[in-house]
Amino acid sequence: MQLTLWTYEGPPHIGAMRVATAMKDVHYVLHAPQGDTYADLLFTMIERLPRRPPVTYTTFQARDLGGDTAQLFQNAVSEAYERYQPNAVLVGASCTAELIQDDPGGLAQALHLPVPVVPLDLPAYQRKENWGAAETLYHLVRRVVAPTQQREARAGRPARCNILGPTALGFRHRDDLREITGLLEEMGVEISVVMPWQASVKDLERLPEADFNVVLYPEIAMTTALWLERQCDQPLTRCIPIGVAGTRDFIREVATLAGLDVSAQLERHDHASWYARSVDSNYLTGKRVFVFGDATHAVAAARVAAREMGFEVVGLGTYSREFAREVREAAKQYGVEALITDDYLEVERRITELQPELILGTQMERHIAKRHGIPCAVISAPVHVQDFPARYAPQMGFEGANVLFDTWVHPLMMGLEEHLLGMFREDFEFHASAAPSHLGSARQEAPAVAPSWTPEPEQISIATASGNAPGQASGGWAPEAEKELGKIPFFVRGKARRNTERYAQERGLTLITVETLYDAKAHYSR
Amino acid sequence: MSTVIPLHPVNAQGDCGDLDLHTERGQRAVFCGLTGIIWLHRKIQDAFFLVVGSRTCAHLIQSAAGVMIFAEPRFGTAIIDERDLAGLADANDELDRVVSELLSRRQDIKLLFLVGSCPSEVIKLDLSRAAQRLTRLHHPAVRVLNYSGSGIETTFTQGEDACLASLVPELPTQDDTRQRLMVVGSLADVVEDQMRGLFKAIGIDEVDFFPPRRSTELPAIGPGTRFLLAQPFLADTTRALQARGAEHIPALFPLGVEGTTQWLQAAATAWGIPPQRVLEATQAPRQRAEQALSRHRALLSDRSVFFFPDSQLEVPLARFLHRELGMRLTEVGTPYLHRQHLASELALLPSGTRVTEGQHVDPQLDRCKQAAPDLVVCGLGLANPLEAEGFTTKWAIELVFTPIQGYEQAGDLAGLFSRPLNRRLKLVA
Repeated sequence: MQLTLWTYEGPPHIGAMRVATAMKDVHYVLHAPQGDTYADLLFTMIERLPRRPPVTYTTFQARDLGGDTAQLFQNAVSEAYERYQPNAVLVGASCTAELIQDDPGGLAQALHLPVPVVPLDLPAYQRKENWGAAETLYHLVRRVVAPTQQREARAGRPARCNILGPTALGFRHRDDLREITGLLEEMGVEISVVMPWQASVKDLERLPEADFNVVLYPEIAMTTALWLERQCDQPLTRCIPIGVAGTRDFIREVATLAGLDVSAQLERHDHASWYARSVDSNYLTGKRVFVFGDATHAVAAARVAAREMGFEVVGLGTYSREFAREVREAAKQYGVEALITDDYLEVERRITELQPELILGTQMERHIAKRHGIPCAVISAPVHVQDFPARYAPQMGFEGANVLFDTWVHPLMMGLEEHLLGMFREDFEFHASAAPSHLGSARQEAPAVAPSWTPEPEQISIATASGNAPGQASGGWAPEAEKELGKIPFFVRGKARRNTERYAQERGLTLITVETLYDAKAHYSR
Repeated sequence: MSTVIPLHPVNAQGDCGDLDLHTERGQRAVFCGLTGIIWLHRKIQDAFFLVVGSRTCAHLIQSAAGVMIFAEPRFGTAIIDERDLAGLADANDELDRVVSELLSRRQDIKLLFLVGSCPSEVIKLDLSRAAQRLTRLHHPAVRVLNYSGSGIETTFTQGEDACLASLVPELPTQDDTRQRLMVVGSLADVVEDQMRGLFKAIGIDEVDFFPPRRSTELPAIGPGTRFLLAQPFLADTTRALQARGAEHIPALFPLGVEGTTQWLQAAATAWGIPPQRVLEATQAPRQRAEQALSRHRALLSDRSVFFFPDSQLEVPLARFLHRELGMRLTEVGTPYLHRQHLASELALLPSGTRVTEGQHVDPQLDRCKQAAPDLVVCGLGLANPLEAEGFTTKWAIELVFTPIQGYEQAGDLAGLFSRPLNRRLKLVA
């Protein structure tokens, strides 16, 4: 049993729903009690899809448990098939139905529907959302695709690929797909099947016709891509086209797989890399950044942060346990220890310890950041209504790199503003809680209750019992030192306080004076 | 799956409205009782709600509530994992450990609810014994109670019913037979304060609200206690209160001018206060409410409305929309129809109104599209898909999360229904 106040991923059947909802003509019959239908609102309220997810819930009740829940399930499958006429039916159980062991797969097979029936065995007490999506895609493909090592000879036709991974409720999947599709087409690569986003079951049958697979989201598509590699002799891409360098690596990898010359694409001009080199970006140098998200986005963001923004990565972590190895490898490059956890309180503790100057995280880290007064940009799922912007805002490709530059710099003080703040600390307009001027009134107090689908709902409600809020004095500050500390800009004040206290503690100083403060500053800025 | 029940509801007067009553079974698009935690934890400010359930339960509550907004919310989930199921870990020991962990971090908690879920019910984890054990362990700092918010037993607002019913045995006993009024069901603080003022003006001074804002302020109960329901979904709580000797005062629910007046009148009558005094005491707020309603009547009058089942507030809301705003009722869906508590409400619906208890969502959507109402009141899963098809919708959940009871809120309540229609008029693209 684990005490959970908030979770980064939903249960695995939500992953299955993301696949079913992305596709055109599959229907998912979920053996589940009333209440589990809440999942519909993820799609209709957060993603704002204009249609209901193609999911039928059996909605069994306590009084059914003594009776025939199996019959209830079969009726639900028959009715759903009659009404929606899907070309494939996914069947499975949510956590409660898993306990009553009705065997949805067997029951659905017994109906002899004229379309493929794919049983999904997604253990709800062990696994989570992304894994559920990956398994669903894999079982669907295995059921529909006939393995073959043969395909049409390459001579005289363009290279052909599939794009694997974009789902419903994906973090910027819609825009990433458009960006990468454009990039591939520009290179002269033909796109055969995109899966699962808006794919039909018939489309899946054509998967083996492609020369290789582009894996956009390994958490969702890697299992399937590896199977296709073995069964259909299709190589796959492993570079993630996030950031300018990531996109260039991806282009080179695709070029190798497709046998193309791509120098023109590599030369393509983006704004982000020039802006990063422009003199006014100097102030970004060495900003201490903490990165947390799903494995793919976290690793890519750390790379962009270090190599394309000139930040210092002081922490890197993920909630994707399945990809812990990849994240640990990446963390080594920055000389940090990866944080692998799905407990946001642990993430908050690490952030408190590190006092970064910028957090690149999920919506949860955004809230942690607000409580601690640290700038933050969101780089990864879990998704929020804000992650479905009306405008085009990919994370991938060259345009994605531009979006990252803008999004990450936006929450920071602008360069000159930061300098002025350093110089005129006691200026009345630069009071302790002054926010970056371009963010206006972003840091005022606001009402406590707002549903997650409301745009920009929350504001800070003060960390109540966490007991680890930054800047809690351990005592021993001389009044002048405390005053001097107050002159330090708020976004580094927490770090200065912690460092000074640690410095004093290590030297057994009982009173922290102005001298101690500056000694500590000198000590830590070696 | 739909059966027509030729039932004529018996109302308080003994005659019956000629309603078209149906009961349906099938897929429901309604929350389970766990969702009640979203408002209950705000109402009882020193209580913590610990769901004993699965990752789905945790995900449901955070999706429905947007819990990211709280620094550390006063609810959480003890997620059952495979070790608990396989018997590798004793689920009771695990629960004790989780509760100790929680309480050591949250010293401010005085009342802990263990909230049963579908999985905990199915594996028959005995939370009432766990609650007793944990109360012994953590007494007197913390009291531990339990109730079920599971989807196999409760629908949405029934979670509040189960929660309040579990609190009733904790109410201290009032020994004397002095008559006291208790208002039962969560109301917004502002509404409570208004009601208290109105009761005082009428001449009823001793009024308790249940649930209280703090668990240390539980109202006393005894043979002199008479109670009004502020919410229509409190069947179990009513029975528990009656079992402790309290007497229910049947009334309309305090929605709209008519409902609020009749609700206050019912209490006044029980106190032997003449109706005229109620009318005098409420004249100013009634007039304000009438005025506020008239602004919305222009937009709502003669428009048709279709209710999908959601909170059990549907019947009183339909009565209000029909009688005070002149709307036409196409179908009134409700997850559960408490015929006794709603008797006088049902009697005020126009004859022939289709009232559907339960749900089979696909055929109900067919009926809705067939009826082509001007306004659809429905849950969050259905609203945007219907909007995309050209329907105008009102999220039902807002009716639960907004102060809508009483005179001062009557205009706001009407506004919740007129705003979507008004908005549609404004948008050109």
